[in-house]
Amino acid sequence: MLSLKNISKSFGGIKAVNRCTFEVEENTITSLIGPNGAGKTTVFNIISGLIRADAGTIKLLKKNLTQMPAYKIAQAGISRTFQLTKVFRNMTIKDNLLIANNTDEQEMKQVLESVYLHKPLDTIASELSYGQQRLLELARALLKQHSLLMLDEPTAGVNPKIRQELKSILKNLKNKGKTVFLIEHDMEFVMDISDIVIVLNEGKVLKIGKPKEIIRDKKVLEAYLGK
Amino acid sequence: MIHEYLISFMTFTFIYIIIVESLNLSWGFTGLANLGHMFFVGIGAYASAILTLNGMPWYMAMIIAAVLACFLGVIIAAITVRLKGDYFQIVTLGLVFIAIAVSRNWVSLTRGALGLPGIPYITRNNFYFMIFAFILAGICTLFFYWLTNSETGKIFQAIRDDETAAAVLGKNTYAYKILSIGISTFFAGIAGSIYAHFIHFVDPTIFDLEFFVLILLFLIAGGLASIKGSIISIFALGILFDAIRFVVVSPELIGAVRNMLFMGILLIILIFKPRGIFGRVDV
Repeated sequence: MLSLKNISKSFGGIKAVNRCTFEVEENTITSLIGPNGAGKTTVFNIISGLIRADAGTIKLLKKNLTQMPAYKIAQAGISRTFQLTKVFRNMTIKDNLLIANNTDEQEMKQVLESVYLHKPLDTIASELSYGQQRLLELARALLKQHSLLMLDEPTAGVNPKIRQELKSILKNLKNKGKTVFLIEHDMEFVMDISDIVIVLNEGKVLKIGKPKEIIRDKKVLEAYLGK
Repeated sequence: MIHEYLISFMTFTFIYIIIVESLNLSWGFTGLANLGHMFFVGIGAYASAILTLNGMPWYMAMIIAAVLACFLGVIIAAITVRLKGDYFQIVTLGLVFIAIAVSRNWVSLTRGALGLPGIPYITRNNFYFMIFAFILAGICTLFFYWLTNSETGKIFQAIRDDETAAAVLGKNTYAYKILSIGISTFFAGIAGSIYAHFIHFVDPTIFDLEFFVLILLFLIAGGLASIKGSIISIFALGILFDAIRFVVVSPELIGAVRNMLFMGILLIILIFKPRGIFGRVDV
């Protein structure tokens, strides 16, 4: 579904992403993991058009997204959330969702229900707790028309209850035939929900495999724990 | 006498409503702190003055003035809206200084510091002019109320809150920001045109920061992203500022006292009520 070929990006003299090549298959949950500074968020930002790659190509369902602006990539079918939540703080839940998709209130309520956010539509986003804002951001990403959902550290800063809810939300999405690509630091979470895990280290793909293969891989352990 | 005074006060109030609401669209609703808003008001005033002094009917001149202000707004926005935060403000503030220099030095067109007197009347009856200004302010208010509650208006507000998030939801934020500035400057041009036809004179002082500070005070006191707040603050502070002339005995002190009052109120609001009276976002 999504394919990256030889994607590279440098910031000054630092190679944040170095000839990165991988694919995300349809109807899977694929996790992108790696130590801090491995280039995970940079890869996400390149895919969603917030950063331009220096080299390489990105395709979504065979459509070339390389060098497209962010809004066109979003229109092409990529929906995403951020490591630091980006809700429209001064707007209501309803208006936040309306920006994603100008649909009726019934559908909005269904999406909120599906992410376990039980708040009235006229609640101002800034009045929600951090965890609830994450859920609102997820609801917004779900409501937007998409073929690929990208989540950047969805469990960061949320309480264990919401973390469990997120797990079941993602599993439900997969059961509905959706494709999810996520960055995550919580290994237990990753191993529990992922079909495929991609390990990134120093901007390069270190290993791609099933969770059980990844957890036993020597190179991966070295990258995380050191030699 | 009192009657004429009230008519004049109300007419200025309606003109201020158009200026403040149009600034509120770009600043309060879209997050584009356009410090050069008076540039577009001035363009509207000068264009309308020059055209009507050369024989064009006022209504055609007003439309051309508004379209010209809008056109310049769109061009400038296309170049500047990619700038972030302070840089956008500095560039737009620079427009005002360019306008002051041009209007002072392009003597063959603007008569320089002498200004353009004798701008033709729309009507010689000031009461009718006040009604005319009221209708335009009413249309402007209804339009902005409709716009800010429409999908486009919501996208403006989303851009203000988080432009990156709006972009990844498929919104062409660059185009929407230009649209916001374009609409805002169109109404600024209309306000400038009415202003010129009301006082029958325009000179480079229209671009003065003192005028802009007054507009800014109305906007901030009422609250960013609040149309109701803008209207109430213009009426309330307008009455307060005009009352000074009846309280301060020495006429030469009126200006200084009024400026001190501007700054005092602005400071108090920014410290104790940073969202203004009805505002929904921080300044």
